[in-house]
This record gives sequence, C-alpha cells and structure tokens, in this order.
Amino acid sequence: MATTPQSEDRAGRLAENIVYFARALRTAGLPLGPRSVLDGIEAVLAAGIGTKDDFYWTLHSVFVKRHEHSILFDQAFRIFFKRRGYLEQLIGLTLPQVEGQKAEQAKPASQRVQDALFSGMNEKLRKEVEQIEIDMRKTVSDQEVLQRKDFAQMSAAEVAAAKEAIKRLALPLDETRTRRLAPNRRGRTIDMRRTLRASMKGGGDFIDLKYLGEKTKMPPIVALLDISGSMADYTRLFLHFLHAVTDARKRVHSFLFGTRLTNVTRALKQKDPDEALEACSASVMDWSGGTRIATSLALFNKLWARRVLTQGAIVLLITDGLERDADDRLAFEIDRLHRSCKRLIWLNPLLRYEQFEPKAKGIQAILPHVDEFRPIHNLESLTELTRSLSNIGSRTVEKRAWAGKAA
Amino acid sequence: MTNKTAIPASIDKTLELLGKADYVGDRSLATVLFLALKMGRPLFLEGEAGVGKTEIAKVLSSTLGRRLIRLQCYEGLDVAAAVYEWNYAGQMIAIRLAEAEGAVDKQRVEHDVFSEQFLIKRPLLQALEPDTAGAPVLLIDELDRTDEAFEAFLLEVLADFQVTIPELGTVKAKEPPIVIITSNRTREIHDALKRRCLYHWVGYPNAERELKIVRTKIPGVGTRLSQEIVGFVQALRKEDLFKSPGVAETLDWATALNELDAVALDPATVSDTLGVLLKYQDDIARIEGSKASELLNQVRADLKAAE
Repeated sequence: MATTPQSEDRAGRLAENIVYFARALRTAGLPLGPRSVLDGIEAVLAAGIGTKDDFYWTLHSVFVKRHEHSILFDQAFRIFFKRRGYLEQLIGLTLPQVEGQKAEQAKPASQRVQDALFSGMNEKLRKEVEQIEIDMRKTVSDQEVLQRKDFAQMSAAEVAAAKEAIKRLALPLDETRTRRLAPNRRGRTIDMRRTLRASMKGGGDFIDLKYLGEKTKMPPIVALLDISGSMADYTRLFLHFLHAVTDARKRVHSFLFGTRLTNVTRALKQKDPDEALEACSASVMDWSGGTRIATSLALFNKLWARRVLTQGAIVLLITDGLERDADDRLAFEIDRLHRSCKRLIWLNPLLRYEQFEPKAKGIQAILPHVDEFRPIHNLESLTELTRSLSNIGSRTVEKRAWAGKAA
Repeated sequence: MTNKTAIPASIDKTLELLGKADYVGDRSLATVLFLALKMGRPLFLEGEAGVGKTEIAKVLSSTLGRRLIRLQCYEGLDVAAAVYEWNYAGQMIAIRLAEAEGAVDKQRVEHDVFSEQFLIKRPLLQALEPDTAGAPVLLIDELDRTDEAFEAFLLEVLADFQVTIPELGTVKAKEPPIVIITSNRTREIHDALKRRCLYHWVGYPNAERELKIVRTKIPGVGTRLSQEIVGFVQALRKEDLFKSPGVAETLDWATALNELDAVALDPATVSDTLGVLLKYQDDIARIEGSKASELLNQVRADLKAAE
C-alpha cells in the first residue's frame, strides 16, 4: 500500500467486494437476493472491520441461512479473501486475487465454489485460472462419468405414454388430523369468538352457537427410491411418478439410494418433468451400481429421519430388497425407520411375478417391519398405490399373505 | 441482575456481557448476537437439542435487564394461544349487565364488549407493548414444532412488528422487541422467514470451551473429574451414535457424578450412569461395557499425554 485512496473510495471498494462475494456465493448455490447484499454491507458497517474472524462471522450471519451452506461459505471465503493480510489491505484492494487451488487439495464443495468464483472474474484473471480449472474438472469427472445414466435413453413412445398416464393419476387427498380447529357446522367445540360476534348482531338477546371441528391436512410423503442395477428398468418411471407427486402436494421429500444416498427433493421441484429428471441425474453419482440398502437406510436414519419424518409422514420405500450381504443391520435399520414414521409402505417390483416367494434374506429382513407391501411395476400398480394411500383399511391383508408365504 | 438497558457497543462488549451471566460463548456467537441487537433483526438459532440455544435468550434478558417473553411452539399453535384471546365470560356478563340496565344502543354495547378491558394478551402481543425497562426479549422456542401456517403468520409479525385485531385495530410496537427464534431442525423452516433473520448454527463446543462451561456451571466438580467427563463426552460425539450428547447432558452427568461423590471416572460408574448421557437404548447398548472402558482408557491416555 504505497498510496492511500480517498475514503469514499474505500467504502465503495468494500461494498463492491461484498457484492462480488455475494454474487460468487449465489452462483455456488446459496439463495442470495439483492436484499442479502444490502444486509451484508449494513452488517459489516455495523460491526466494523476488526479481525478476520469477526469479518468472517459477520458475513456468515447474513449470507448463510442453512447449516449445510456453511461449508460452501467457508470455502468461498477462503478462496475469495485468500491473499495474506487481505483485511489490513482491504482499502487498497481492487479485485480479489485468486490463486489456483491444486487439484488434490480440492475439498467436497470447492469445485462448485471455484466455478462460481471464476465465472465472476475479469478476463485477465480468468485466463490465468483457466488452466487449473481444466485440471480440476478432469479429476472430478472421472468419478462422475462412472455410471451416470441419461433419462433421454427412454424411448419417445414410452416417455409419452408414461407421462400421460402419470398426469392422469389423481393423487388422493389422504388426510391426517391436525390439532388445529376450523369452523365446522357439525363440530363439537363451541367457537366462542364467532358465537359472541354473531349474537352481538342481534343485540345479544339470543345466542346462536357456532362450532369448531377438527382440521385435516395431507401428511408429508418421503420416498426412498432404489436406483441400483437390478432396479434400472423401473427407476425412470418412478422418478416420473415422484415428480408428479411432488408437483401435486406440498410436502414431498425424495431420496435416491444405490451405494450412497442422495436427496433429490430440490431437483424434482422443477416444473418441467424433463428438466427435473435432468437435474436429478446430474446430482446422482451411483446409477445402476450395487445396492447397499442397510448402509443407505442407516445414513437416512441418522441424517434425515429426524428432519423429514415429522407430522405423521408416510414413507414409500421403493426397492426390490435384494441386498447382497443381508445381516442384522438391515433388520435393525428398517425397524428404526418403521418406528420413526407413521406408515411404511414397501413397493416392490418383484411382486409382478406370480410365483414370487420372499426367500431372499434381505426381503425376509425387511418384511416384518413394513405396514404395507405391494407390487409396483407398471402404471396399473401405481394407480393401485394412489388408491391405497387414501384407503388405510385394507392395508395389512396383503402383507399378511406374503408373510405367510415367507414362513 | 444489572439494570442496564443499553445494548453492547461492540463484539468484545457482547462477549463480556455473555461472560457476566456465566454463558461461555465463542466469538462467532457474540458477533451474530451483536449484529442482531445493533441491526434490530431477529436472531435465528438452529442446532441439536441441548446446546444452549434457549439459554442465550435468558442470558440476554437477565444481563440487559429486559423482560423475557417466551412463546413455546407446539403443533396446532393458533392465534388464540399466541397473540390474543377475548375474555368471553367477562364479555357475556357485560352484555347481561347492559341488558339489565336497559341499554339498547347496540353499537355502544358492542364497542364496550370488544374493548381492551376484555382482551387477554398472549406472548406475541405482550412483546409489542412498551416496557419501562426497554423493549422485551421475545423468545420463540422450537419453531420447528409448529406448522407452516403459523410460520406464515409469524412472517407478518416479524416484518412490521405489528398485529391487527379486527375488533380493536392495529397494535404496533414503538420499539421492536429483541427476537430470538430457536429450532431443533426437525424440519426445514421456510426460507422466507430465515431471510428476515440473522442465522447462526449453534454447534457442540470444543473440549476447552466445554471444560470451561462445566467448571462455570458446576463449581463443586473436581479438576480431574471434569477433565475426564469432558474428554469422555467429546470422544462419545465422535462415535457413530443416533443422538450425540449435548452440553445439557454433559452438565447433567457432571452433576450426577458429583452427587455420587466420584473423584474420577471408572468403567462401572460410567456404565451405571450412561442413561444420563445417552437417551436411546441402541446407543446405550452399543457403548455400555467394553466400549466404555476402551473410550475411558483412551481419554486417560490423552490426558496423561497432555500433562
């Protein structure tokens, strides 16, 4: 710092840098609007620039709104404000200087963050960086190319037919009782408020009782879809189905599992089914690989169960249950899953075969712990499922029949 | 309890303030707390159960000398329980009295009946009222337990700090309350609400800070015992458990061991008192016995190495 710039220039530079930083974070996937940027500037001005830590936590408190975004923020902050003694030199800073990260240093989030940062850089910097970026892509893509499957492989006729049919599947408005009350003529609780107001209309001479009844709403659905090799023929169809369900209801969470567990809820929220499935396939690394049901369920139970299985959630477990090394762990995890949700429905495409007998170890481990067990291999069975979601009465019959076979 | 109403002037002062109330916080928390106070924004605290989220609001209220208003959320929480309710019995008596007096002016009776006299104020409305000690601390606890409908309503209140009562008009806070919202993350809170708040994830403390917490909160516990307790709990959190013990559990355990007059941990005592730390049978079964002594030996070796 040989010369000291004008003071209004300093504030301008600071603001400019926060804007650049916010833009980079936005590209990396943090949902930041212009409001957040203004908040960021306000917060930094309020806190003052003390140490690097304070600056970090000041921006963190404004830009991060979810715990999982912390890691992205951390990476971005490190890269963006990397230059040694940056904060001391903040005033003299023109553009953040970015040094290329070595590929082997790349942490999980840094690919996204790096891409995001470089897309906002000026030409000169971008050129410097380009080489490294190519290096990084290579290392990551090795992993990605592995077994990524494209939904476009579905034949056009097949897609059209399935889409049409799925669109026509009217999802039933299955309802759970909530503890909220709503005006209801045949309700049992007296609504004092409305009663009094109504009686005031008549001058309070006679009291016309108004009632409240229970309010119902749709329970959340959590779908766990097996995408291993043995299920490959069905996954596309089910994804279309899940997209249709996500579209129709408010609270649907979808997870895909093969050798690892991926949350695709956000991807499936896109309106256009093709785009949604595209986004889905982009986020999953383990298409058509092996299955590790127990491991995936353990992961789900540990990380997600307590976050998505609230308020009477229904779980749809879509898998053939063919676990290579079935042991006690599978039974343990499925038991835990069953205990944490209101209803566990197992959808198994293998049931299409008339002679199917639940002999496989994995199937025998899962069977005692599900509320409902039904086939799902074509549109007819999907329709059947939507019917069953609304009709709880006949659910255990089928499972008992299968359990009898297993014994 | 000091009767100072001014908010702290810097991050250092905020940290001092927390220390005064025996809350051992780290600098990141002090930063976000300072910003929330200074910018007048609600503070959204998320984290596992038992890491001291609720405590922050209590500490703020006691050190700043403000009134603490707590709204505990639950499923089905509605306006009548969160904002206001009319005193129906009182209203009906008033109507009867008006009739007995022979008052026939309907308008006047209605005006009298729906007046502030018959209004029962619930936490959200109380928080908007002026207070001589300064704006109160409003703690909205475990927001994730209620449903989306209430969240949407809260959005409206937090945006303008005002509530509209159809029969009475709009109540607006002269000075916005200090709002602390906590969530155990049993479901995601909508982004729209989070956007209005400053966000902070309250994590498990590191060994050094946890040791400080134990010694501050339970002064009677011995040096060696407290070190072993913290070491053991920290080791437990690295294990693959369904529910890791929080700070609250550490304190409970330390209190329990202190009551049992333990000077140091031994495998038998650990196994006997494990229920204080772990709340799931599977977790207990997993740690009990050999695993517990293994962890304990490791903790002791680490402590010896550190000396």
